[in-house]
Amino acid sequence: MALTKSLYAKKDKMTTKNTVTWTKKDLLGLEYLTKEEIELILDSARSFKEVLARPLRKVPTLRGKTIVNLFYEPSTRTRTSFELAAKRLSADVINMVKESSSIQKGETLIDTARNLEALKIDIIVVRHNCSGAAMMLSRSVNISVVNAGDGWHEHPTQGLLDIFTLREKLKSIKGLNVSIIGDIAHSRVARSNIWGLTKLGANVTVCAPEKLIPAGIEKLGVKVTNDVDEAIKKADAINVLRMQFERDKTGAFPSRIEYFKAFGITEERLKNAKKDIIVMHPGPINRGVEMSAEVADGANSVILEQVTNGIAIRMAVLYLVSTAKKQRR
Amino acid sequence: MIIKNGYIIDPSNKREGVFDILIKGAKIKEVSKNIKAKDEEIIDAKKKIVIPGLIDMHVHLREPGREDIETVKSATGAAISGGITSICSMPNTRLSIDNSENLELLKGIIKKDAKAFVSIVGAITKGRKGKEIVDMKMMKEKGAIALSDDGDSIQDESVMLDALKKAKENNLLLISHCEDKTISKSGVVNEGIIATKLGLRGIPKKAEYEFVERDIELAKKAKAKLHIAHVSCKESVDMIRKAKRDGVRVSAETAPHYFSLQDECCVTYDTRTKMSPPLRSAEDVEAIKKGLIDGTIDAIASDHAPHGKHEKEIEFDLAAFGIIGLETSLALAIMNLVDPHTKIFGVGVEGKRLSWMRLVELMSANPAKILGLNHKGNLSPGSDADITIIDPEKKWVYTKDSIRSKSKNSPFINWQFKGKVAGVVVGGKIVFSR
Repeated sequence: MALTKSLYAKKDKMTTKNTVTWTKKDLLGLEYLTKEEIELILDSARSFKEVLARPLRKVPTLRGKTIVNLFYEPSTRTRTSFELAAKRLSADVINMVKESSSIQKGETLIDTARNLEALKIDIIVVRHNCSGAAMMLSRSVNISVVNAGDGWHEHPTQGLLDIFTLREKLKSIKGLNVSIIGDIAHSRVARSNIWGLTKLGANVTVCAPEKLIPAGIEKLGVKVTNDVDEAIKKADAINVLRMQFERDKTGAFPSRIEYFKAFGITEERLKNAKKDIIVMHPGPINRGVEMSAEVADGANSVILEQVTNGIAIRMAVLYLVSTAKKQRR
Repeated sequence: MIIKNGYIIDPSNKREGVFDILIKGAKIKEVSKNIKAKDEEIIDAKKKIVIPGLIDMHVHLREPGREDIETVKSATGAAISGGITSICSMPNTRLSIDNSENLELLKGIIKKDAKAFVSIVGAITKGRKGKEIVDMKMMKEKGAIALSDDGDSIQDESVMLDALKKAKENNLLLISHCEDKTISKSGVVNEGIIATKLGLRGIPKKAEYEFVERDIELAKKAKAKLHIAHVSCKESVDMIRKAKRDGVRVSAETAPHYFSLQDECCVTYDTRTKMSPPLRSAEDVEAIKKGLIDGTIDAIASDHAPHGKHEKEIEFDLAAFGIIGLETSLALAIMNLVDPHTKIFGVGVEGKRLSWMRLVELMSANPAKILGLNHKGNLSPGSDADITIIDPEKKWVYTKDSIRSKSKNSPFINWQFKGKVAGVVVGGKIVFSR
């Protein structure tokens, strides 16, 4: 179909050594990446993680490049992580948040992006409450666009850092049983995880109250259940999503206590799970809602490692998109 | 004027073949073989298809109020270049067409600027708020051809029933945009896997077909004439089919995008794929085609909806619903409905999907009947000389620069088509030729 072409078509250039070169100017979502491209990011992140372990945590990789964090939604953790990643790569960073910019003056998203391009910015890192905002930006400018979360659509660097953490712990993603538990319908983290994990060969189960399972999700190759014990039972890892009560306008949410009773991850529940099950959470955690404090701080939790890995992943992504030649348009 | 040697397709007279048409003044005088010319102007239509001018029942003119994105002049200019000689203007302009003052204002603009015949559809309720019904008797006397609140679909069942009863008393047609807003809410694309992938709020098909069902029931109760606008999903088609079988006075239209595109086209967040109702699944597209073939759906109407760049080239969630369609309606119908291998100048005119005869019915004869425009939609002697001449072999590309509408919000830009309008006659005058 004429309108659907472009996005998926780009095949990677394979060199004779069978290694992948990065060709995309943007990172918009894991849906649009091949397995090899995802692995390339993960492998690059491993090298950058080593940088983070040094006494001087800085490399000159992006010296002279300027990155703008364009955030239309409040975010501390993702923005800080991107900012740190950029600084570790020696790039200059500017933060533009909704409250403090022309965004407030009614300028359109495309106009803002074109202005940034005219200001000779190299990479825009964008967080937006509307799904598709990053893709729209990427079409309207020649500079790189990195999606830091768009609506309910994707949060690719979160998906990548989750997968990176899993790979570090369990070596290979192929064949792993991973359950994503929580508000699947409104979660960009869930979608990025589903795309990435299924591409790398994991068996993914999504688990939520029926009203928070989006229509047709099984067509993405995941199992669906409303029973959290079922979701935990055979899992090598669980990724527990934040319940965003503050955003619920749909009335689809149960109460906090109801939710904790039916879906909250507790030590009691984990007794029926594999002993070394990995517990992940993208943060910030509602302790006593999606998981108990004991589980969050427990031996199975890798939540703080995820945070550290996030910087490495974002360094890898910023580096890779900056290597791509201008191609689209 | 004589249009000579054209291949005439005129469903109302069950006529098909090579004939000449003699036009005197604004009327058709005679249709027969080899009309001898005296001093009339001759238009050579050899190897061309000659049909009664197309009638588009669903057009948003935007004037009065939004002349920055479309006017009566620009829209009717776009219409004739698309082979459309008559349009219905929908009442959801900034100045709502719900009182005599606004109706007269619009009539004045049409008289001054229109290049095609424009019929006015008035609003059903004041301000299209779905509460207080307009003075239907006055609207009818002032020349409204039908009434509709279009996108501001009447939510209150009792108001709709009341409106249908009053429409029946005044012998007016009601056109219903079926959308239960308690179901569609703030949805932007068809509910399903595509909405899920994109992380966009879905609009369930139920939001449409529940109101199709409701309005059919109400029309039955009121014994009124009901026309259902832009049918987009399988369930609606099935309900209308059944209602017709049961003898309800219901007619229906669909728009070209509902048989040309599907929800999968939304995957790049291209806001030119955002419409109301939304593009549906492949299964629905097939059901729409079936409905067009078997007579369930009576008409093809463009739902031409111009929007400015600043209203369309923004975030998908925030962008306006709708696309322009006057200049692509016929081309899309030919492309997607008529078998491309059909031989027009031979015996095998019956297409694999639908015949040219049926196409002309859908785009001219039926809309005329539904609207009660007895002198249009046919090539009978005495009828209005509104005629569209098509070169069926002409290949062309719909380019942005060629768009005559003031707005450019079309997903079909750079599409290749076969079959192009070669000339248009409105009221006995050549208003367009290429």
